[in-house]
Amino acid sequence: MKILIKNGRVIDPRHGTDEKLDIYINGNIIERIDKHIREKGSNIRVIDASRHIVSPGLIDVHTHLREPGYEYKETIKTGTMAAAKGGFTTIVCMANTDPVNDNKSVTEFIVKQSKLEGVCRVFPCGAITKGLKGEELSEMGEMYEAGIVAISDDGKSVKNAELLRKALEYARLFAIPAISHCEDEDLSKGYVHEGHASLLSGLEANPSIAEEIIVRRDIAIAEYVGSPIHLTHISTRGSVEAINKAKKQYRKITCDTCPHYFTLTDEATLTFDTNTKVNPPLRSKEDVAAIKEGLRNNTIDIIATDHAPHDFTSKDVEFNIATYGISGLETAFALSLSLVREGVLTLNELLKRFTVNPAKFLNLPYGELAPGKAADLIIFNPDREWVVDKDKFLSKGKNTPFHGWKLKGKNLLTIVDGNIVYRDNTF
Amino acid sequence: MNWDKKDLLGIKELSKEEILLILNTTDSFKDISKREIKKVPTLRGKTVITLFYEPSTRTRTSFEIAAKRLSADTINISASTSSYVKGETLKDTAKNLESMKPDAIIIRHSMPGAPHMLSKIVDSSIINGGDGAHEHPTQALLDLYTMREKKGKIDGLKIAIIGDIAHSRVARSNIFALRHFKTEIICSGPPTMIPPYLDSLGVRVEYDMNRAVTNADVIMMLRIQKERGGISYIPSIKEYSTIYGLKKEHVKKAKKDVIIMHPGPMNRGVEITDEVADGPYSVILDQVENGVAVRMAILYLLIGREA
Repeated sequence: MKILIKNGRVIDPRHGTDEKLDIYINGNIIERIDKHIREKGSNIRVIDASRHIVSPGLIDVHTHLREPGYEYKETIKTGTMAAAKGGFTTIVCMANTDPVNDNKSVTEFIVKQSKLEGVCRVFPCGAITKGLKGEELSEMGEMYEAGIVAISDDGKSVKNAELLRKALEYARLFAIPAISHCEDEDLSKGYVHEGHASLLSGLEANPSIAEEIIVRRDIAIAEYVGSPIHLTHISTRGSVEAINKAKKQYRKITCDTCPHYFTLTDEATLTFDTNTKVNPPLRSKEDVAAIKEGLRNNTIDIIATDHAPHDFTSKDVEFNIATYGISGLETAFALSLSLVREGVLTLNELLKRFTVNPAKFLNLPYGELAPGKAADLIIFNPDREWVVDKDKFLSKGKNTPFHGWKLKGKNLLTIVDGNIVYRDNTF
Repeated sequence: MNWDKKDLLGIKELSKEEILLILNTTDSFKDISKREIKKVPTLRGKTVITLFYEPSTRTRTSFEIAAKRLSADTINISASTSSYVKGETLKDTAKNLESMKPDAIIIRHSMPGAPHMLSKIVDSSIINGGDGAHEHPTQALLDLYTMREKKGKIDGLKIAIIGDIAHSRVARSNIFALRHFKTEIICSGPPTMIPPYLDSLGVRVEYDMNRAVTNADVIMMLRIQKERGGISYIPSIKEYSTIYGLKKEHVKKAKKDVIIMHPGPMNRGVEITDEVADGPYSVILDQVENGVAVRMAILYLLIGREA
């Protein structure tokens, strides 16, 4: 298919582009980016983007697709449809499926299923340890051959520091990064952030140091062995400060946060709404301010969704026994655009955290607009207002605390590999 | 002041006026318990369910007696006799009960927020009979009523709350209620049992129990919440008892007309000695007596006034 996108404001942080341009897509690659490209020949689909922004497709380094094993929560098909709607053209899915993605057969299944039913690019993240049990290294070499781009026991830390050290050392064979879920399980027996709100709600709480101790530990281990480390869903002021300090002496540290950690505070849990139950928990106002500052000063490199879809019954219970997580793919970008309006980030800087930075971290050839590159891009309008309606989510997970929120900024069109995989009905 | 709430979920949601309305309404119900025929027709034709997922003698019996004295029909459901043991969810249990058209459901649950969840899915009035370490609003109201009855006022009182504050819904609800009045609240207990940020509620934390009780008008003792893991927060019961058990010498440091309170059940010899629990300053049984009247007032305000 040939597509000509006309007159869009093209922003590409990788190449420093920010101007009105046309983009010509031929097949699965971008053939030309220029002012006033004339359509030649037939069978060219022309898209008028004159009132909108064209950017590289977004990359999510932290998605839960739930397949295999939990197809009632999400499938690769529904998860990737949700991703495309949210503006993501590439996603990395975590290993906590059933069976766990700790061997090549599961990796192969995810890769195959993604090609069959997925509407955006899917790269699996393999488990660090077998069964996510923190006892033995998983077969990361075979998984790497099958297609994993990172390793993580996300959902829990690798409690055994020696095992993490071995994992980081071993992963050097394949030059893939480790994604660290920072949580000291002995300190985190609760369900919400330990602070003023937990004092009021009486809900068992986790202190910030449960995260920060592991942030420091995992950085120390990575630095000692000389391997890269990526700290995911960072949520506390102490973590941001520790990472900022560590980055100054060790360059192989990257990290991400999620939109809910700069949009909501722990006060949201006072409603006992189980959609506010996430891990790590929603933090204090001071933490939220520090997360924004971390984004502003480049301590936080990436914005990830931690898309964690759940079936209705997993959330429609008492707070203590509800599952953790927010279905985030369809709201992440719009929520993040508020950072631009608040002056935390420029639009270019925000897009950098969704495109070039995750591509660089994962060593993937995406997240940029250039001739010869894959035609993965989105057209969005940062001013378009819409109301979040969970019942209209393409994800099976309707678990969002943002239902009914009026958001500003909407993805209108998503192209993956030269194919239009999502188009908003207003565009 | 009119009562316009469907539920009583916590003290945190109540204004000072609403608290006073309950206390003042209680006055008129207290006498009923002293009559020869302890029954009025106020809630005739109404159905009150007590749904208790945690063991309780005092609160459940108190609610049942309160409802019966107002002529309501009462049904008791406990976790061990409910479909909960067959795996039914709280929500489904509540919806099934709702189908039987009760007027009020009093729920006790180990999980904070369980009554709030119920209040959103059923039309019956929900009364929080204690939810985890969150709130126990009727206990706080009966405590305030007892303080006002014994001291003639609430404003100006110095109240020492001692024990496992971190896991105590009674402490939380009392603090939320007492903050509406000009009181001085001092919390004391092992540092592991004092929740972080407690001082943000306008409470003074005093680890030294002797200092905490000095010149107190009210000493409120709490038990270690073993069911919420409280025991792991201290080295031993023996050591806890030595440092934080209320003894006669502590009472001597308080005001001469101090009152000793305890929400029960007491662990005699642990957080309180026999001689203090049964001594002249103890109002522990008055609290129990007042509990019935307070709960009558609450049932009346929630489901009785249109009758």
